Amino acid sequence: MSADVDLDHVTIRFGGFTAVKNVTLKINGGEFFSILGPSGCGKTTLLRTISGFVEPTEGRVLIGGQDMAGIGSNKRPTALIFQNLALFPLMSVADNIGYGLRVRGVPKAERRRKAEELLALVALPGQADKKPSELSGGQKQRVAVARALAVEPKVLLLDEPLSALDLRLRQHMRAELRAIQKRVGITFIYITHDQGEALTMSDRIAVMNHGQVEQVGDGRAVYENPTTPFVASFVGENNGLTGTVGGIRNGLATIDTALGQFHGRAGSDLNAGEPATLFIRPEVLRIAASGATPELTAEVEGTAFEGSFTHVALRASNGQALTMTLGRDADAGAIGVGAKIGLAFSGSEALILRSTTGL
Amino acid sequence: MSSRLIGRLLLGFYLVLFFAFLFGPLLIMGITAFNTPSYPQVWPFEGFTLNWFDRLFADRSLMEGLNNSFLIGAFVVLLSVPLGLAGAIVMTQVYSRARGLYYLVVVSPVLTPGVIIGISTVIFWKDVTQWTGAQSLFNGILLATLGQATFISAYCMLIFLSRLQRYDRVQEEAALDLGASRTQVFFDILLPFLRPAIFSAAVIAFLSSFENYNTTTFAILANKTLTTVLAGRVRQGMTPAISALAVIIIAITVAGAILYEIVKAAELRKETARERAAVQGETAQTPANVSTAQHHAGAAYPL
Amino acid sequence: MTNPVTIAAIFLGPLLVTLFFVLLSKAERRRLGPSGEPGFFQRNGAPVAIFLLAAVGFWALFLIVFPQLYMIDYSFHPKLPQIKRGGPDDVYTLENYRYFLFGSTRDTSHWNTTHLYAFWITIFVSVLITIANFAICYPLAFYMGQVARPGVVLRLMLLLIIPYWINEILRAFAFRVMMGTGGVINNILMATGLIHDPIDFLGLDVALYSGLTYAYLLIMMFPLYNAIESLDRNQIEAARDLGAPWWHIHLFVVMPYAKPGIASGATLVFMLCAGALAAPLILGGPKTLWFTPIVYDRFFQAFNWPQGAAYALILLSACMAFVLLVMRLFKVRLSEIAR
Repeated sequence: MSADVDLDHVTIRFGGFTAVKNVTLKINGGEFFSILGPSGCGKTTLLRTISGFVEPTEGRVLIGGQDMAGIGSNKRPTALIFQNLALFPLMSVADNIGYGLRVRGVPKAERRRKAEELLALVALPGQADKKPSELSGGQKQRVAVARALAVEPKVLLLDEPLSALDLRLRQHMRAELRAIQKRVGITFIYITHDQGEALTMSDRIAVMNHGQVEQVGDGRAVYENPTTPFVASFVGENNGLTGTVGGIRNGLATIDTALGQFHGRAGSDLNAGEPATLFIRPEVLRIAASGATPELTAEVEGTAFEGSFTHVALRASNGQALTMTLGRDADAGAIGVGAKIGLAFSGSEALILRSTTGL
Repeated sequence: MSSRLIGRLLLGFYLVLFFAFLFGPLLIMGITAFNTPSYPQVWPFEGFTLNWFDRLFADRSLMEGLNNSFLIGAFVVLLSVPLGLAGAIVMTQVYSRARGLYYLVVVSPVLTPGVIIGISTVIFWKDVTQWTGAQSLFNGILLATLGQATFISAYCMLIFLSRLQRYDRVQEEAALDLGASRTQVFFDILLPFLRPAIFSAAVIAFLSSFENYNTTTFAILANKTLTTVLAGRVRQGMTPAISALAVIIIAITVAGAILYEIVKAAELRKETARERAAVQGETAQTPANVSTAQHHAGAAYPL
Repeated sequence: MTNPVTIAAIFLGPLLVTLFFVLLSKAERRRLGPSGEPGFFQRNGAPVAIFLLAAVGFWALFLIVFPQLYMIDYSFHPKLPQIKRGGPDDVYTLENYRYFLFGSTRDTSHWNTTHLYAFWITIFVSVLITIANFAICYPLAFYMGQVARPGVVLRLMLLLIIPYWINEILRAFAFRVMMGTGGVINNILMATGLIHDPIDFLGLDVALYSGLTYAYLLIMMFPLYNAIESLDRNQIEAARDLGAPWWHIHLFVVMPYAKPGIASGATLVFMLCAGALAAPLILGGPKTLWFTPIVYDRFFQAFNWPQGAAYALILLSACMAFVLLVMRLFKVRLSEIAR
């Protein structure tokens, strides 16, 4: 059983400080929804409001259509996985998992049975009687998930659960969590600052900055069609050239920048004469074919071979830093530190977004 | 002789002197318990006897005092531990601007001479029981309990505060999130965490109550405790029976200390074993060969 | 006593102060808005909140504040038989304090030399004993806190704990055994021919002063050890590397750092010495003067409770003055003194 979550013009203020500004979101039942943003953007506060630890200053939180105002965290159909997991150190794994059932009066034998069932679900059979201090990081993660699932919540909330794990384990756990979600079928709301995580795991992503939601969409939408400069530069790497919009025609626009005039797809709400930024993804930049006029020239500052691709750090003629990624097929041999190379890209693959105030 | 060696010798000399000063009088007193003369005497040692221990147990007053000491000790534990616990919890929640004053009030009994606590307890409750017509409650056992609890609760509170410093509040949120009521959180999460502190506080409370004299001597009114009888006896006349009592108490304390040592060592061994197991578990767990393409999902658990 | 205005002041005063802070905290919470922390009752749940309030209320008010305030008031009333209390004779008076200073409730022509002398000698000797205790304990505290290995420390700690839990009366008794006219020290001194007649250690107050030092030695030991133990060893190493001589390191590195521990030990030792009752009774000669036994006498010899209360307050003031002095001198806060 899962439920959808509605945030209706939610604002959260603590005294003089506003953590969340007028956020409206509709999260569908059964989907894996991520809230992505840098530290301090308000995503944790938002999560705590959904789970019931913080009351919104304005606006409403609805779960399954029901207004949650005044309903405490212990009465909501949500379960939260804390960033540091917060397993009960004095209880065994089975007791941890069974705690939610214990406070509901479920008898001991039934609790034990359920705990072992869930341990099998999270691939931790036989660990029932260990103490949390005897488990590894990844194992503790799974116990936390099992404990939350034991109370059969309609919405599972996860607060950056993988941030303390090393890379290998993190990748492994991403897949596991996604699989568990598909299997159990409930709504997952997952917050993270790692855009790679958000992209691989989620059905849809909300990108947050300074307490506001800047864009909501699936991974492809957020990556290929960001609607604000913040989203464009936060999700994945991006090169941004600031300038003024020239003309707009048929969805394409020109922009005059310090490095010249370029074409790019026009973002929404773009008007001629206004300040804007041209965004070019590193993988969209390529070395200009010999003989063809390059769009811009830059000097190579360094290269980093990362296995399946090579990262190239460049400096443009006006001193701005740029990055480019070359796949295995590109002629990376021609690039040495100090070399001046011509770069090209196609206008339809670049994006021009108007500058939002205050950025 | 190097300065190092001189330093070592001085240190050794000082240590010997220090512990001789500390234990000397106790040792002397201990010897007198076994010596026959009716006045505590170490030398000449006239004859070994256990007579004084017999005399000790035959001393009716002393035994009654001992009984009362145990009774009051138990009462004090039952009163001070909850009061100290409440005091500590409130300390962590009290309004920040009031915290200084609250701390001052609650810790002041520790820095107040015991006689003053005894005196104020007697004076206050004498009149209060009079106004409320509850004169029957004005008895020594109750008063001594109240008087001692005044400062012993502060000792307990300090013990709880120190334990609470290492308490992670997030566990409470986790419990709430899973559906526990606030009361359940208190009993399921907080109290189990505080269990070692509850035990320490109870032990300290009992021992502090048992050996208290200054406050008790005022508050006990017509009754007596071990310490008040003892003080009376020592003033009246010195017999080695008192030395015998001292020997018993020393023996119990030594036994207690040794027991504590054994328990502590056993706990330490268990702890290191557990930690070692966890580290081994950790290294075995990390998957060696993982890629994002390999979703073990289907294979990992039964569908 | 039954002066309704004072009674009201004693009981209502603290309650009003509490109310004031409650209102202040409510106002502050309102300022933070509905998203702030939940209130006291919400945070703890009703049953636990009621327990907390009842327990702390009973302890802070009925065990600590009210009795003290009541005793202060009590000391300003004359001694009256039960029936006359609350009646026309029950006036406010300074006569109890006058007795302390002048030996009489009315006549101020002669000083009460006995009591005044007892008071000041008590204070003076207590300060000396505090200093002596510090000097005796410091080397061991330093050794255990910085030099000795953990195993040694544990063993020494156990050795220290044993005499610590021996009742103070028994400790005083042990000293009496040692120092009495028929006691060990006199026996040894006479046997070796150094003296012919036993020295009256008790009458000379030597027994009392050394007994008090002995009794409270360990009270100084533990806070001092804790403070020194927490000092980062590297600081001492650094000082030594820079060429500082050992006495310089102790005076200017270790002791300043250990100030809270020293202050804690000092206040407790002073308080216990000045307020000592058992030791003076047991180790004192017929002419020994110590203040707390005099307070005791006011109660149980003269049966003058208001006077006893006044004397108790005088003792309390002395202790409070000492605490404040130590706090000022060592620049420590109260929270660092209580262990």
